[in-house]
Amino acid sequence: MEATIEVTGLRKRFGPAQALDGMTFTVAPGQVTGFVGPNGAGKSTTMRVVLGLDAPDEGTALVNGKPYRQLKSPLSHLGALLDAAALQPSRSARNHLLWLAHSQGLSGRRVDEVIGLTGLAAVAKRKAGGYSLGMRQRLGIAAALLGDPPALMMDEPFNGMDPEGIAWMRTFLRGLAAEGRAVLVSSHLMSELQDTADHLVVAGRGKVIADRSVADLIAAASGERVRLRTTARADAMRVLANAGAEVAATAPDVLTVARLSSERVVAALTAEQVPFSEVSAHRASLEEAYMELTRDAVEFRAGAPS
Amino acid sequence: MTAIAPYRSPASAGGAGFRPVGSSAALRAEWTKFRTVRGWVIGALVAVLATAGLGVLASSGGQSACQAAGSQGQGSGGSCQHGMYFTLGPDGEPVSDSFYFVGQPLAGDGSITVRVTSLTGLVQPASGPDNGAGAGTVPGVEPWAKAGLIIKANLIQGSAYAAIMVAGGHGVRMQWNYTGDTAGMTGAVGPDSPRWLRLSRSGDVITGYDSADGTRWSRVGSVTLAGLPRAPQAGLFAASPDYTHVGEGFGGGTSSGGGPTRDTAVFDRLTTADGWTAGPWAGRYVGTPEIPGIVGYHHAGGTFTLTGMGDIAPIAAGHGGPADPAVTVSDYLVGTFAGLIAIVVVAALFVTAEYRRGLIRLTFAATPARGRVLAAKAVVVAAVGFVAGLLGAAVAVLAGEAITRARGYYAFPVSGMAEARVIVGTGLLTALFGVLALAIGTIVRRSAATIAAAIVVIVLPYFVAVFAAVPLSAGDWLLRILPAAGFALQQPYPAYGQVTMFYAPFSGYFPLAPWAGLAVLAAWTAAALALAACLLRRRDA
Repeated sequence: MEATIEVTGLRKRFGPAQALDGMTFTVAPGQVTGFVGPNGAGKSTTMRVVLGLDAPDEGTALVNGKPYRQLKSPLSHLGALLDAAALQPSRSARNHLLWLAHSQGLSGRRVDEVIGLTGLAAVAKRKAGGYSLGMRQRLGIAAALLGDPPALMMDEPFNGMDPEGIAWMRTFLRGLAAEGRAVLVSSHLMSELQDTADHLVVAGRGKVIADRSVADLIAAASGERVRLRTTARADAMRVLANAGAEVAATAPDVLTVARLSSERVVAALTAEQVPFSEVSAHRASLEEAYMELTRDAVEFRAGAPS
Repeated sequence: MTAIAPYRSPASAGGAGFRPVGSSAALRAEWTKFRTVRGWVIGALVAVLATAGLGVLASSGGQSACQAAGSQGQGSGGSCQHGMYFTLGPDGEPVSDSFYFVGQPLAGDGSITVRVTSLTGLVQPASGPDNGAGAGTVPGVEPWAKAGLIIKANLIQGSAYAAIMVAGGHGVRMQWNYTGDTAGMTGAVGPDSPRWLRLSRSGDVITGYDSADGTRWSRVGSVTLAGLPRAPQAGLFAASPDYTHVGEGFGGGTSSGGGPTRDTAVFDRLTTADGWTAGPWAGRYVGTPEIPGIVGYHHAGGTFTLTGMGDIAPIAAGHGGPADPAVTVSDYLVGTFAGLIAIVVVAALFVTAEYRRGLIRLTFAATPARGRVLAAKAVVVAAVGFVAGLLGAAVAVLAGEAITRARGYYAFPVSGMAEARVIVGTGLLTALFGVLALAIGTIVRRSAATIAAAIVVIVLPYFVAVFAAVPLSAGDWLLRILPAAGFALQQPYPAYGQVTMFYAPFSGYFPLAPWAGLAVLAAWTAAALALAACLLRRRDA
């Protein structure tokens, strides 16, 4: 697969804080790559380095094989949304896009196109200072799309969006990936990326903890666990524990059982005459997968700055 | 997922949508940025209105100094508003042309030679200005008291002339048409050190010579008096300008005073040659003497003794001089500092607002060549500042003059070249101060700090120096080395070395020449821009 954003061995120190500590990953075209990690994991710094805004102490960041700062008309290679609040409040949304278009040698016609794409046509003449955060996110996406780039990079685009906006954003991002674009989306909340990301880069303390497809990650987190629905929760827990299982209650009538196959769960419960209504293979949520992953990274949990 | 082909923009594939992106794109982007923030456009308009409006206001306000109006040439009987009158020289500049003359018309080409053996006089006592007690009461010679030879188109005040003379404290000088002045021999004249002077005419060209002994001559200078008549007046003259005293008051304030003086010159060996043959010599005063009955001459045994008052020189505009109540171009330009503040604020915000909002990151993502962004911003600010300053100054000066004349006040004339330079110079001044504020903003990155710093660096030294809040010499230095040196572009009238006057900033005179002042300001601006560009490259955005 052809990589469009390539980050290799980035290190950067801000005073005493090691913001980046060997960050390495690639973003492939045709999919949404989630860039996850708690605040302070180095996501935003990485993005700034990719855009040539911050200089790394070590390492390289390439866009289509070149450092960003060497690109001619860079917005036609990589569209970025770093901070939706980065606006001159008294300038209208359309004029905000217009100066940006002019900086790339683009005309006002392209501005009107991206305004249409992001659903801002009705409000484009209004001052951007009056926009809600959700509208600003749309405006930021419009800006990122100005150059019609094959790669997009967005820092926390779901921030401040209402559920309707989040749904729109998910569909929009998936659509961009379906066109063959590489889409890198950062978030500190894994749940936001559920049903959006195909691939995950999990960051913590300035480096990559995991870099896998979402399918792999969920499968791994699900493990061999069994999901059991029963009205006799206490009895079931006792019986299964005696049989050598690890049992956790995940809902009033649902138990998650590890270290015991579904056949042996059924056999043990039947032998002790504990009633149950359903036994199925457990499928972890992305959130669970993330927790599973970060539980192992002890230093990351302990040391993650707020 | 692997089945999806990487995205290619139809525009880039077709090659139609993207034009090469260079400096012009960055410039266009910055201009779009500027014009789409209403507050900044209004700020630029405020700069125009402040520069123009305060000037117009100043010229339509009361002229309280009016009652002190001095007048020359028409006596002091005129009304306050209409009494001020100055003789104009051949180039339209106000001049003094008042002296005792002993001469006659001499036709064609020829030369005139004389020896000066003495120049004495009476001046004002050191204790203070004379108040009507007469043209000086203590012996002494005014430094610019003059006596010598003159060739003058006619005896009408303001006509063209060339003269060679001894001056009280400035050796031998050749002067012509009021503003021209060249030095000859140095040292004072006296019985033991006489000075021989000669003027020779050839067509329109007059050449002056001096000599210590009447045999070895040096050429002092040659001047062309266009359209000199066939038979101009030629002869001896004596004049002694008013004494001007300027004192520096407490805290830098100034006071001035003055009064008439006289000089007496002794000539002999008066001869004509090279085509001229002199008839009898006759004496008269050209103009009206300030105090009658003092001036005159007598002639005995080849010796001429002339006593004169007055001056043949340009009149310097400004406070403390004979033209003090006149409205000057500097008065029309009082609004410049307010216009500058408006431009400085706009220019600072043009970059600091981007830092405040984080917008600078989008700017640099769009144009990674940061120096190019800075250059584009500088060009936009310079263009806006130039137009604002130019328009403001043009309206202030042209409307100011018209209003002043319409109200019957005396608008001190200014040469067309100087007026154009003042107007264009105000544009340059505003442009450069704007760019300087932009550079400071790029270095400091905070709006309030930038505006404060820019005003302290730019406007404060001007105020301090011009309104004499510090001793004059210190003020002069501020206006020499700080960016405020650029205000020299606004000096409307030349400071004449041959006219004793208090050439101070509050009268519109600056210590540096206009283009030198511009160079100092431009150097500061360039240095600040260079530092800003260097920091921009080094710092994370």
